[in-house]
Amino acid sequence: MPTKSQQEIDRFARDLKPDVYQSVYGGTKATTEKRYEVLFRDYPDPDLLRQTAGQIKQHTLENLDKYLPQAEAALKANGAQVHFASDGDAANRMILEIMKANGCKSMVKSKSMVSEETGLGHYLEDNGMKCLETDLGEFIIQIDNDHPSHIVKPVAHKNRRDIAKSFEREGLGDYNDDPETITRRARKFLRGKYFEADVGLTGANFVSAESGRLTIVTNEGNARFCMAATPIHIAIVGIEKLVPHDRDLALFTALIGRSGTGQHLTSYTQFIGGPKREGQPDGPEQMHVIFVDNKRTEVLASQCSEILRCIRCGACLNVCPVYRQASGHAYRSVYPGPVGAVLSPLLAGSRFPELADLPKASSLCGACNEVCPVNIPIPDLLLRLRDKAKTEHAEKAMKGTPPMGMFGLLASQPHAWRAAMTMGAAMNLTPDAIINIVPPAAAWNSCRQLPKWRGGKFRNWMKSRSKN
Amino acid sequence: MQDDRELVMGRIRDALAPLKERAEYPEWDPQLPVCKAHPDFSSDWELFSHKMQQVNGTPIAGLDALGKWLHEAGLTLGYCDPALADELRAHPAFAGLTLETTFERARVDDYTFGITRATGAIAETGTVMLSDADTSSRLGALTPWTHIAMLKSDTLYPDTVTAIQHFGDDPSIVWATGPSKTADVEGILIEGVHGPGVQICCLVD
Repeated sequence: MPTKSQQEIDRFARDLKPDVYQSVYGGTKATTEKRYEVLFRDYPDPDLLRQTAGQIKQHTLENLDKYLPQAEAALKANGAQVHFASDGDAANRMILEIMKANGCKSMVKSKSMVSEETGLGHYLEDNGMKCLETDLGEFIIQIDNDHPSHIVKPVAHKNRRDIAKSFEREGLGDYNDDPETITRRARKFLRGKYFEADVGLTGANFVSAESGRLTIVTNEGNARFCMAATPIHIAIVGIEKLVPHDRDLALFTALIGRSGTGQHLTSYTQFIGGPKREGQPDGPEQMHVIFVDNKRTEVLASQCSEILRCIRCGACLNVCPVYRQASGHAYRSVYPGPVGAVLSPLLAGSRFPELADLPKASSLCGACNEVCPVNIPIPDLLLRLRDKAKTEHAEKAMKGTPPMGMFGLLASQPHAWRAAMTMGAAMNLTPDAIINIVPPAAAWNSCRQLPKWRGGKFRNWMKSRSKN
Repeated sequence: MQDDRELVMGRIRDALAPLKERAEYPEWDPQLPVCKAHPDFSSDWELFSHKMQQVNGTPIAGLDALGKWLHEAGLTLGYCDPALADELRAHPAFAGLTLETTFERARVDDYTFGITRATGAIAETGTVMLSDADTSSRLGALTPWTHIAMLKSDTLYPDTVTAIQHFGDDPSIVWATGPSKTADVEGILIEGVHGPGVQICCLVD
């Protein structure tokens, strides 16, 4: 349906190809249904799990000054080398330095959202290093020079025909769009690359401050392969990933699989505390952990610090009616969906105005809060950011928004309000062409149906009820 | 790099300084993440077998059954943990099978199966636990199409909470729940992406 809305996300939704829409809608709906099924089948009170997990994460965030040095000490005691990066550029530089210092030329990379933030792959390529994504979805994204559109399913926006064409173009066999054939071809191609690479890079889903163990969850086993075949393991980790104790990991591993993909546990759940021990034939001799800030401390200091609880399961994307209509690229940033609508403008720092419209990409239905495994009050945070955008006069956020000053004046004058309610009945007889003379009304009207005017009836109803 | 550490820690302290009080660590029952009881199963192995099959894994009880499975699948050459090889070679059900005890990277596609020891297993989820201390070769457990984890019943734990209590100090512990899988292409489930397409757990008491 053509729309004149000035909100950028509406234009993405309008232009979404029907087959991409079907793929995104079908995939997200199926995952949401699986989540409900496993959580309610396995637990008498799933909400208690969510609330507890949220409390643990909030406690950890508010005590990061204690837990981060604790994790650092534990990792060092295990033989790992720990680094801190104040921003994305610093993280990229550190990785390059580690590679150069060890004479490395190539990296196999497991899925990591932080490295998406820092643009690590392109940075390494620009500096003469090879960097190959090994998660199937991320590999497809890389060969297409594209961007992920979902936190857990990066190629949710691509269908098998797109992927088959990309494989054919890259010399990975003749055109064949059978998903099993595509997967086997990727397996054959990538396993040779693991053995050639000097470095394996991963993220981490959780870090236990108690033992320093990094928990890394994957379904494909590529992170395991990265840490079996290469001599150096680098983990790039956001500072918010900490949990206080090993025992907390039972709660979080139970929630991340069920919330993200409807699995009890992901196929591979790894707990890595340090490099391999002497005498082990496989595994990295060096382990480097880089804790990355990249504006997380600004988020921690903001009124939206709860968003740092996020464990990147993607449940809020799957359930969000806006994400389902518009797909992930509509959010124009690394993190799409409701979590992205909060996190991306915050992580943008001084570029906040460029993404200030994202908090408006929500119906505020509350579904994202209901499914969030760490109970993040996403709708509240979206409202706080809308307020911030208004306070800072962010132009993008204001587009398509009618000024509310006149409404405020009207609503605070009882006589004027009563008159407006009575006269408003004329709206039902007014043609669209007249309404559309006012540009904000035209933008609103282009993609929504104006409801029938029913104003004033409540007062009449109250009057007649008071008489009775 | 040290400067960045101080910078980040300073920013964290600054961000937290305005908090009048900090959120407490909640009191929570350690049984909270444990799934509802399954009255249909009389033993942990029965529950484990059921759960493992639900994630497309293959539970097998005893070496006779394992040898038969390998013969029927036509798998005759594989990698085997040196600590298990002599016992398996001597077993009649393994006659005709070649067990190699050194994993050679150049021959990665020759091994049709890999046999390693399981550190434990989790009945609640049908999960096999592998640690570096018990796994003779990470690659031997990961790269062949079929991976067989040999499990002793006294390391079969009821749930993930108990399994975590048995982490010890091993630097690398992996929970494998069924075979390697992806649904990246149109949400269609395909097994055997980078790791095994068949995950077996063999009970060997």
